[in-house]
Amino acid sequence: MKQHKWGLILLGLAIFAIAVTFPFWYGKGKTAPPVLSLETPEIAGLADKKCVEDAVFMRANHMKMLQAWRDEAVREGKRVYTANDGRTFEKSLTGSCLQCHSNKEHFCDRCHHYVGAAPSCFDCHIVPAEVKK
Amino acid sequence: MKQSVNILLSFIAILAIALAAAAAGRADAPGWFRILPYAAFGLFLAGFVYRVIRWAKAPVPFRIPATCGQGKSLPWIKSNPLDNPAGPLGAIGRMAAEIFLFRSLFRNSQTEIVDGRPVYGSAKWLWFFGLMFHGSLLVVVLRHLRFFTEPVLPAVTGLSALDGFLEIGVPALYLSDATLLAGLAFLFLRRAVLPQVRYISLFADYFALLLIAAVAATGLLMRHFFPVDLNAVKTMAMGWATFAPVAPKDGSVILYMHLCFVFILIAWLPFSKLMHLGGIFMSPTRNMINNNRSLRHINPWNTPVKVHTYKEYEDEFRDKMKAAGLPVEKE
Ligand code: HEC
Ligand code: HEC
Ligand code: HEC
Repeated sequence: MKQHKWGLILLGLAIFAIAVTFPFWYGKGKTAPPVLSLETPEIAGLADKKCVEDAVFMRANHMKMLQAWRDEAVREGKRVYTANDGRTFEKSLTGSCLQCHSNKEHFCDRCHHYVGAAPSCFDCHIVPAEVKK
Repeated sequence: MKQSVNILLSFIAILAIALAAAAAGRADAPGWFRILPYAAFGLFLAGFVYRVIRWAKAPVPFRIPATCGQGKSLPWIKSNPLDNPAGPLGAIGRMAAEIFLFRSLFRNSQTEIVDGRPVYGSAKWLWFFGLMFHGSLLVVVLRHLRFFTEPVLPAVTGLSALDGFLEIGVPALYLSDATLLAGLAFLFLRRAVLPQVRYISLFADYFALLLIAAVAATGLLMRHFFPVDLNAVKTMAMGWATFAPVAPKDGSVILYMHLCFVFILIAWLPFSKLMHLGGIFMSPTRNMINNNRSLRHINPWNTPVKVHTYKEYEDEFRDKMKAAGLPVEKE
């Protein structure tokens, strides 16, 4: 009985240790942050290589911005966005973001795969390059 | 009076951690975030193993299952194999029902005095909110694997999609976050409002609930109100997982708070009541087979007792007994 008890307890502890250390052995110690490509004709043609707002802000807030754009454009009919530095953009997913970032697969998707985000926007919205294919 | 002080103190403790985390984030302390995760995780793992081994060493001389049903006896007496298991299968079933369904909480009852007589009714609130809270917590923990696996496990992405299927807001609200907070709110209010429960609640009880609530609240704030650069967060988390820690890149104050709350939670877990995470598997009244009557259990630390049986007594005094006219068993 004694032996039996310790066997079960050590088995349980082993399962526990293997489960909670999962992240350490799953990726075999390798990781590669996504490499984002800005090489699109639209961006190449920009005099000033800037996003709608500055990159740090965009990185963290673009989903909030897109949501605000959608609500304002669709519900209030305000379709022009004026950036902090005075440039204006059409509040549009396909018409703005994906004009400059027409390489969605090498830009938006790379980032989203890395963090496991799956925006459902493209169930409805088109990606221009995909249509041409 | 003292009980309300406990509530107040636990709020103050949470606030102090938040302030310390904020200070750490503002000062040039992010370097700490290369060491702290390992310290916290190490304490968690070592503390957990230590507690389990210590429990395992406690002597259990006798089968002490809490029996809530008829044990196995004569064939014509109906037995209850789940509530009073006679074999390993029943014990496994009982443990599974306890761990996954919180079966013993389902049995909770409430006593009320109606017309001067006690009336017993079932009380499923604690069971319901307890199960909801624990289930949500499991989903939340599993979802966080997306920061610690590369490539992200498909099961984790699927779980997140399912969790956010109502697509409320961008990014979508995870339902488990809402149910987690609802569960916590119930558990906290139960301790704060019900006088009987408040009377037996300690600082650590409130602190545990508030600590988990603080983790959840900072997490929700980051997801829905003060977005952070998740790419940098994942790079940091993967740095830990690959033993090449990097200090977080321009992390926000809320991120530091979230991390500090989590580190304290996991480091403290093995030494607190939250250790019921491991303890539930070790509870003898739940996991033991009730075979006291079919098998002989001998207490292993019984010291040998010197006995003098009646037979030996008679052998010793037979002549004298006979002489005194006393009856003897063996002539
Ligand atoms: C159910 C289909 C559907 C989904 C899913 C969807 N949208 Fe839309 N979206 C529309 C429709 C329809 C319009 C209206 C088009 C218009 O008025 O020009 C629109 C308009 C917009 C607009 C403004 C107009 C434009 O040209 O872009 C934005 C911005 C937008 N959506 C963003 C998003 C984002 C971000 C997501 C993902 C979180 C999303 N949408 C998901 C259907 C959808
Ligand atoms: C005028 C062209 C243009 C438009 C329109 C545009 N971007 Fe950008 N975007 C850029 C450029 C150029 C950069 C690189 C900026 C830098 O590195 O400073 C960038 C950077 C970004 C980044 C940060 C990438 C990184 O380095 O981590 C994100 C996220 C982003 N864009 C998302 C969007 C989204 C979402 C939209 C639509 C709301 C959008 N962009 C619209 C040109 C554009
Ligand atoms: C720097 C990395 C990065 C880049 C580049 C990027 N995103 Fe994102 N995106 C994120 C992160 C991180 C989230 C948040 C995921 C989460 O909270 O689960 C996100 C979320 C979103 C969401 C909301 C998703 C949801 O869960 O509802 C939308 C919409 C979105 N991104 C659109 C875009 C578009 C369009 C582009 C390309 C123009 C883009 N993003 C490029 C990192 C990035």
